[in-house]
Amino acid sequence: MTVKSTTRARKKAAPAVPDTLPPVLSEAQSSESQPDAQPELIQLLTPEGIRVEHPDFPLTTTPEELRSLYRDLVLVRRFDAEATSLQRQGELGLWASLLGQEAAQVGSGRAMRTGDYAFPTYREHGVAWCRDVDPLNLLGMFRGVNHGGWDPNEKNFHLYTIVIGAQTLHATGYAMGITKDSADDAVIAYFGDGASSQGDVSEAFTFASVYNAPVVFFCQNNQWAISEPTTNQTRIPLYRRASGFGFPGVRVDGNDVLACLAVTRWALDHARSGNGPVLVEAFTYRMGAHTTSDDPTRYRATEETESWKVKDPISRLKAYLEHEGLADEAFFAELEAESEQLGLRVREGVRNMPDPDPTLIFDHVYAEPHTLVDEERAEYEAYAASFEGGENH
Amino acid sequence: MAGQLSIAKALNEALRKSLENDPKTLLMGEDIGKLGGVFRITDGLQKDFGEDRVIDTPLAESGIVGTAIGLALRGYRPVVEIQFDGFVYPAFDQIVSQLAKMHARALGHVKMPVTVRIPFAGGIGAVEHHSESHEAYFAHTAGLRVVTPSNAHDAHWMLRQAIASDDPVIFLEPKRRYWDKGEVGDSADLGLHSARVVRPGADATLIAYGPMVKVCQEAAAAAEEDGRRLEVVDLRSISPIDFATVEESVKRTGRAIVVHEAPVFMGLGSELAARITERCFYHLEAPVLRVGGYHAPYPPSRVEESYLPDLDRVLDAVDRALAF
Repeated sequence: MTVKSTTRARKKAAPAVPDTLPPVLSEAQSSESQPDAQPELIQLLTPEGIRVEHPDFPLTTTPEELRSLYRDLVLVRRFDAEATSLQRQGELGLWASLLGQEAAQVGSGRAMRTGDYAFPTYREHGVAWCRDVDPLNLLGMFRGVNHGGWDPNEKNFHLYTIVIGAQTLHATGYAMGITKDSADDAVIAYFGDGASSQGDVSEAFTFASVYNAPVVFFCQNNQWAISEPTTNQTRIPLYRRASGFGFPGVRVDGNDVLACLAVTRWALDHARSGNGPVLVEAFTYRMGAHTTSDDPTRYRATEETESWKVKDPISRLKAYLEHEGLADEAFFAELEAESEQLGLRVREGVRNMPDPDPTLIFDHVYAEPHTLVDEERAEYEAYAASFEGGENH
Repeated sequence: MAGQLSIAKALNEALRKSLENDPKTLLMGEDIGKLGGVFRITDGLQKDFGEDRVIDTPLAESGIVGTAIGLALRGYRPVVEIQFDGFVYPAFDQIVSQLAKMHARALGHVKMPVTVRIPFAGGIGAVEHHSESHEAYFAHTAGLRVVTPSNAHDAHWMLRQAIASDDPVIFLEPKRRYWDKGEVGDSADLGLHSARVVRPGADATLIAYGPMVKVCQEAAAAAEEDGRRLEVVDLRSISPIDFATVEESVKRTGRAIVVHEAPVFMGLGSELAARITERCFYHLEAPVLRVGGYHAPYPPSRVEESYLPDLDRVLDAVDRALAF
């Protein structure tokens, strides 16, 4: 009963929302009145690679688009694997692998328009790929030559944010600015199941809903926040959190690149059309460790990880391409060659990445001159120069 | 600016001018719209500039600062009001880890022209969390600029300069002085980060900022009756500090006493004492002394007068300094 009245109250408060909702959302809302009901998982491609239709999320794709998505998935995984290896070789200080989450990131990333803006966590390498951010830029941060450093406005891809959830507020503020500019862009804020517990995420939901900001909250529920399962973060499916804030929430198969593409495209269009925020929960799995410093054998069973292997995002698309005859052997061979080239470029790029000059410490602390920073820089430079052979002591 | 203005009105006029001069300037905060803020600093501004530019926000400080960062990324110039000093801590991550560091971590590709206005310090008989002096936390964070005016002229011009700055500025407003009146000149006579000698003297230098400048001026006036000529330096800027002005003064007087409401331990006075010792060692006739709050939570208002530095505590320190 309580849930029903909440739904009614929301419709009153935000009359613009229900008009444009696909029927699935009203179904999802009605399932909220039955707390034990299994949440619907929006899926367009089964783990076996069978294309299925969803009445609310139709998606037409050309063979070329499908191959292109497959290429993204494969190259992103290859890049990620190279980065893990480079960390093992001592070339990177740390790496946060996206293994298993490629479809969630590529699907949502490819749903964005050029003018849309992404606010990532520190694991959105696949989104960065879709935004055409050079992978070597991402690696600079994990090598320790900078804290990010790319120009966020060049590709509309913000810097990685490590304090979890903080970027959801930046995304919301940016989206509020879009509204003020009367632009038709939208923003996508990435976060995870762990971050969903952060106050900043709740505050972002509040600000986004009361200001009707064009932002899509894209939660990759990869089941684990380092060692803590999602049950430590929530009693209800995360996408249902949205209803308490008065905007739609949907759960999508995060290992299905087509569903992620269709749902995110809908969500971004919903937001950009003046209907306010959407929460997308991409239900996926972190196949690897939290980072290269983590040891998941201490807290989760191998059987669980194995059970997700059969839902792999890449193998299901490959199966589909193959049995539908949408890609031939030459395509796969060419992609393999491209993947090798990418690996080579990444390895060489990282190994040849120079350490910055130590005076980087003082660069960019402020945008305008600051007497203390200037003084300390001069002290440092004089100290460094006092060593025999000058500054390079 | 016509005639005498209160600090509150001088701030209000500064916000108005900033809104007029730059369409990208926005005000955000709790109750700043129809109410005009709990101290009425934004009085009338929403009526004149609209709800789109003078924004009543949800009651969530992290949300206010976090969305201000996003608006700055979109090209806006937000001026945020934190309702009371003790309410800024929920926004600490957004200020210290996000706002302060964004320019550096982006290697200068993005700017963060965000001003965070905070009515700070005590002396108004408030309940707890309404009288905090937390300037040291912010001054300790690279990437932030921290300033505080002590009079109407500086309140007006320093706020305009803070809003115009491309760096984040923590703008601390001495709330117990909001109703003090003063002449506001037609232009800024100093840069945002310059200190000002507000009273010349020769026997010792009192160094203060914000609400304590008035206490020090009163102490200097009282000391003059005893034939002691105290110089008073209003720092105005807490980060960066205008050490050149401090150094020049202390080298002349040979004695320095730093006065602030914040606890003495690890307060601005500690940094000033260290720097003065390094720069003025051979000119000092006495150790640098500090007058400030105690290492205790800000007390209930019935005893706050015993916590806050006042004329007598300042003069007591002057006695000790001159006894060396």
